[in-house]
Amino acid sequence: MDNLVEVKNLAVSYFTYAGEVQSVRGVTFDIKRGKTTAIVGESGCGKTVTAKSLMGLIHKPGKILEGSQICFDGKDITNLSRKEWNSFRGKECSMIFQDALVSLNPTMKVGKQIAENLTNHNKSISKAELKKKAIEILELVEIPDAERCLEKYPHELSGGMRQRVMIAMALVTHPNLLIADEPTTALDVTIQAQIISLMKDLQKKMGMSIILITHDLGVVADIANEIIVMYAGKIVEKGSCRDIFYHPKHPYTWALLKSVPRVDYEGKQALMTIEGSIPDMTNPPKGCAFCSRCPYAMNICNEYEPPKTMLSNEHEVSCWLLDERADLSGVPDEIRRLKDE
Amino acid sequence: MENNIIIKDNSFQRMEHKEQEVIGACRHSVWKDLKRELLSNKVALVSLIMLTIIVIAVLLAPLSPYDPYAIDVSQKMQGISTKHWFGTDDYGRDYFTRALYGGRVSLLVGFCAMLMTVTIGTTIGVFSGYIGGKLDMLLMRFTDIFLALPSMLLMVVMNALLQPGLVTLIVVLSLFSWASVARITRAETMSIKERDYVCAVKNLGAGSLRIAIKHIVPNILGPVIVAASLGVANAILMESSLSFLGLGVQIPVASWGSMLQGAQSHILDAPRLAFFPGLLILITVLSFNLLGDVLRTALEPKIVE
Amino acid sequence: MWKYCGKKIIETLIVMLLISFFSFAIIYIAPGDISSMYITADMSEAEREAVLEKLGANKSLPEQYLGWLEKAVHGDFGVSLSNKASVAPQLMRRLPTTILLMGCALLLSLLLAIPLGLWAGYKKNGIVDNVISFISYIGMSIPSFWLGMLLIILFTAKLRILPSGGMHTVGKESLLDTIQHLIMPSLTLSLGTLATFIRYIRTNTIGQLAEEYVLTAEAKGTTAPNILRKHVLKNTLLPIITLLGMNLASLVCGSFIIESVFGWPGIGMFAMSAIGQRDYPIIMAYIMLSGFILVMGNLLADILYAFADPRIKRGIDRANGK
Repeated sequence: MDNLVEVKNLAVSYFTYAGEVQSVRGVTFDIKRGKTTAIVGESGCGKTVTAKSLMGLIHKPGKILEGSQICFDGKDITNLSRKEWNSFRGKECSMIFQDALVSLNPTMKVGKQIAENLTNHNKSISKAELKKKAIEILELVEIPDAERCLEKYPHELSGGMRQRVMIAMALVTHPNLLIADEPTTALDVTIQAQIISLMKDLQKKMGMSIILITHDLGVVADIANEIIVMYAGKIVEKGSCRDIFYHPKHPYTWALLKSVPRVDYEGKQALMTIEGSIPDMTNPPKGCAFCSRCPYAMNICNEYEPPKTMLSNEHEVSCWLLDERADLSGVPDEIRRLKDE
Repeated sequence: MENNIIIKDNSFQRMEHKEQEVIGACRHSVWKDLKRELLSNKVALVSLIMLTIIVIAVLLAPLSPYDPYAIDVSQKMQGISTKHWFGTDDYGRDYFTRALYGGRVSLLVGFCAMLMTVTIGTTIGVFSGYIGGKLDMLLMRFTDIFLALPSMLLMVVMNALLQPGLVTLIVVLSLFSWASVARITRAETMSIKERDYVCAVKNLGAGSLRIAIKHIVPNILGPVIVAASLGVANAILMESSLSFLGLGVQIPVASWGSMLQGAQSHILDAPRLAFFPGLLILITVLSFNLLGDVLRTALEPKIVE
Repeated sequence: MWKYCGKKIIETLIVMLLISFFSFAIIYIAPGDISSMYITADMSEAEREAVLEKLGANKSLPEQYLGWLEKAVHGDFGVSLSNKASVAPQLMRRLPTTILLMGCALLLSLLLAIPLGLWAGYKKNGIVDNVISFISYIGMSIPSFWLGMLLIILFTAKLRILPSGGMHTVGKESLLDTIQHLIMPSLTLSLGTLATFIRYIRTNTIGQLAEEYVLTAEAKGTTAPNILRKHVLKNTLLPIITLLGMNLASLVCGSFIIESVFGWPGIGMFAMSAIGQRDYPIIMAYIMLSGFILVMGNLLADILYAFADPRIKRGIDRANGK
């Protein structure tokens, strides 16, 4: 079995004053063992909520709807008890967050926070063992002077170091899956690259799968094996890194790619911006959610959801432009040409 | 799924993009917010009903057949009966009637002290926040010091040493309560002062005083109303403490607090004398406190996620 | 850090000065002439002069104030008008009694408020939270002396299990006896503080639970009780130190009233009778003493807080350019 996680029809809603916010509206995807999957999309598209559902971290007023199915290592984890979740989280699957400064407890020493993850899953572990493991993992994430770092408070570390500590904390239990929610967004560009390559190294050494959640396609190019593009709670396109970067099919993916600054453009092409904003998720559009912002939207896009089209084993797109009757006038060659491939 | 889709001739034609409506945040007036929240919130509604009953009862006190001051020793210390709802006190006065008249005094002191507190506090707060600079610094230091004073003690002492009476009571109460109102209104003023419309009015050449009164005060009404509600609660509580110590209203006028002072000596033989006035204080103060807190939540700008 | 402490100390001194000014001024705006209390009709002119000289009443007001302040700083508050004994030792003798009461009340309210506040915050808007919140609202709104009276009615008059007042039963001076006398006053005194603490801890808990680090802890598989105990508690309680300082005021003032309800022989009751007798030196000394306790409490809380929370310490150091 080479799928670590299988998600089927996952739907999550938040029941707020304003009504039911449909954050995730039926997504289906797999995470392969030892590989990195990136979930890309702008803020509010449901990517973090998707990740949180894998960890059982959807709290009231949020709810995973009936019919959703998440299998982890062959086991259905949608209906775990609170106790089962506690032993699952941190042990089988760890998660790291965007801003390490607020994600680490400001009044607890780094060493204690790392040790906590271990004691949560093994009550009988000795103090010396804890320290040894903590130092080991800190060295693994390339923190100099690991022993002294244990005694520090999070605010005494630099941003990059803090994120390394976060990663160390998540990996100290050797989980099978690491979910990284925008791990580099709060960092400087040079440090971003360091963290990404660190994650790549660690994956090689420890063999865990990674889900990398980001709004920045530039970050994922280096590390992701597969990319899932989400928009308004749905997957609009998913495929291998190559598929997405070189043969994007969905106008949204294409626009996202165009909005990433690239060195090889040499200033010839202006960066693209996507006009408008994501639709109101209390009342999602009945057709394609992107249609109000899509320059190539057709009348049908407003009426009906586009069907999923499998272009290859892995490459899946939901867009009406792939229909043979579609009006392709004005559609850039890059998307159109690929249709004939 | 494909079967349900009805393909029309123009289905695959380019869609015309309509201008999206911009949904802006529209702000209702403070009073409308208040009304809606008061009617929809159960706690607020109950508090409001309680207060209304008490205020009406207290206002209708003269309808009582008994004189709250007439001493009738033959009737003294009677228990609860249909004739005397709360019984009579040690001078034979109908205790229910006295409680109503006492409520008049307690509520009067509470409201007047609150009005004065809010007026002084808001004036200083708006003035300080609007003008800013050195004056602001000076006034706020002054306010801080007032906040740090052991106000209750000073109140006790001032009441004890000054000419006792209603006016003294009200002045002393508000003298030691305005500081927190000033702090709140100053902060609000500072934030509103920076908003565009105030700048716009200023550019149109309106005078400072005019701006302050016409444009800033109406916009800080929310927090002021909250402070007022909590202020009444606080003033009634303080008044009762002072009167209980014998430093508030003077005999023969009674307030709920001074009735409790009288009841203290009969605490073992006629506990009802202590029970009723205290209960009235509790209900009134509790209602004002709850109301204040509900209003505070209601008037906070809501973020709809 | 030292700069911050220095600033706080200066602020404290200013407040203390103002309190002294108040307590001095009160006597002078009070109706009646103080010297008349010392002067009797059968005194000769020379004797009167001597009394005035001794009181300093023949000097200008600022001079009198400074003279009084200088003595006060040295702990000399003059002699009582009613019993002609020195004021300071009389107050000091009663101070431990009051501190005992205040300490018990504070301890009681903290011990109850921490679990209740945490629980209410964790179960936000649930039944438990509503019940706890309602209790704290009642605690805020109930006149403390009335609660005291109710307790006396219940425990002394009806159940006859607790004494109604005083600190000792005459002729019986055991620890148990003192504790029995202590229960009702400290319970009554603690209720107001308890209500404030519960509300504060609840709000803080809700705020802390929404913080990202709680999510991180949860993602590590930390159980809910452990999140509350190991993570939230400390971050919730740190600001409580400041609140402790601020609530000293309500304790000091509250003890004043509670002591008279229960006949607790502390400085509050002593001052109360002094007010009745218009014994000015005692009143002045009492205000100065309570003010001092209060202000020192505030100062201590501010400084402790700054040292206890690594974030604040850093913020202050950074503000000072370190």
